[in-house]
Amino acid sequence: MKLLPTVAALSLIAATGAVQAADPNLARNLAATCANCHGTNGNAVKGGGIDALAGVPKDKTLQKLADFKSGDKPASIMHQIAKGYTEEQLDLIAGYFAAQK
Amino acid sequence: MMLMKRRDFLKVGAAAGAMASLYGCAGGGKASGHVVVVGGGYGGATTAKYLRMWSEGGVQVTLIERNPTFISCPISNLVIGGTKTMEDITISYDGLKNKWGVRVIQDDVVAVDAAKRTISLKAGGAMTYDRLVLSPGVDFMWDQIPGLNNPDAQAKILHAWKAGPQTVALRKQLENMKNGGTYAIAIPKAPYRCPPGPYERACLVADYFKKNKPKSKVVILDANEDVMSKKGLFTKAWTDLYKDIVEYRNNSEVKDVDVASNTAILEFDKFKADVLNVIPPHRAGDIAAKSGLKMINNRWVDINWLSMEVNGTPGVHVIGDAIFPAPTMPKSGHMANQHGKLAAAAILNMLSGQEPSPTPVVMNTCYSFVDAKQAIHVASVHQYDAATKVVQPVKGAGGVSVARSELEGKVALGWAKNIWADMLA
Repeated sequence: MKLLPTVAALSLIAATGAVQAADPNLARNLAATCANCHGTNGNAVKGGGIDALAGVPKDKTLQKLADFKSGDKPASIMHQIAKGYTEEQLDLIAGYFAAQK
Repeated sequence: MMLMKRRDFLKVGAAAGAMASLYGCAGGGKASGHVVVVGGGYGGATTAKYLRMWSEGGVQVTLIERNPTFISCPISNLVIGGTKTMEDITISYDGLKNKWGVRVIQDDVVAVDAAKRTISLKAGGAMTYDRLVLSPGVDFMWDQIPGLNNPDAQAKILHAWKAGPQTVALRKQLENMKNGGTYAIAIPKAPYRCPPGPYERACLVADYFKKNKPKSKVVILDANEDVMSKKGLFTKAWTDLYKDIVEYRNNSEVKDVDVASNTAILEFDKFKADVLNVIPPHRAGDIAAKSGLKMINNRWVDINWLSMEVNGTPGVHVIGDAIFPAPTMPKSGHMANQHGKLAAAAILNMLSGQEPSPTPVVMNTCYSFVDAKQAIHVASVHQYDAATKVVQPVKGAGGVSVARSELEGKVALGWAKNIWADMLA
């Protein structure tokens, strides 16, 4: 149980909204939840009809996600999925994919 | 099978590690050890790949799978409907072996000794692990349908609820059925694998009948009170597309079968079909059920949502359909893939002396075809909730299709290509 203080510290950081700083793999882990459809590390299978996200500038992905959330960009499914993530999480995800090749 | 030859394995690992760095992996790196993954389906294959990728080859991974190739359950209803082939849903494990350096062994695990951290293989011998991931899927509770509790009966009255020979056999039965015959599908009480799957199958068999044997009928014998998934969309498809073909009967639990006459025996009623397709109730796959792991309702494994580690059994993680699900979480291939990533991330933290991430997220997307071209979906996102210690569905997120469409049919096939690559390529 020697790791308990770490957990307590993480909880404290989470409460202040800066949890990403404490978990270096958070962006990677969150982005992996998108990979089922958008490909491992955002490299979608060519010809699969689903957008690749790897290397897409962060601002562009964030704008798309915001438009899905607001309904400005019509979608069959992404408006429902985007609403499941916090703004901070979407920021991490978009940043992670932007850094992929 | 002998204990693993560590030296040989390290050679493969080094090669793949060098390759992995080409794929832009970040993080991890410090974790080391040997992880054994049992079951190469949506959950296990994903775990194996992501452990190798995220550790940049630092963690050795052995995947033990009884079948020579992966065969997908999702899309297999299109094989039953006759518009896809087994080849379309069969994929080699070569990508895991050659690209990611996963040691893939075709065998069955017959015992787990969690105290000694060893597993025993059917072919003989044992293997040690630092962490074990069981992704065994489901096995059937044959005793719930006594007439089916023998191999001959199971070869005649099929489930086709694990893709493989039964998929082919059910297709053959439908092809051999006369025009004017009846196909009945029996659905067990929830929870069961792939909540919308039986209704999708009813649609695709109906689509086949409509085009080829138009006098035939599809009868759905559902043990549940109502359609368990995408209700409005399925019922609309039955009304719009299959008005005189599909008949839905709720509260119709099949308690037994008379194999000779192909008859389903319900509580107060009997139903004779030309092709009888009974999906028996199921539980966690045998190896999980017999390894002394903590079970809920004697059926599903009780896991910790931060790590997928079994409560009370350190070092053993269980993922996929075998677990007791979080609220509203379906037993699906997509979800098993997400469990696999959650487990891989947690295991790499644990193997390098860190706690698992305190904020895991998983999400589900599930497409169902209502005819050969048109599909519908359901989606959900589940975030870890520290108060209940469970991943909880995000309110206001997720949902179902507005209407069936060919566009979603195309996306559904794109989903399959991408998730197969995400787990195996």
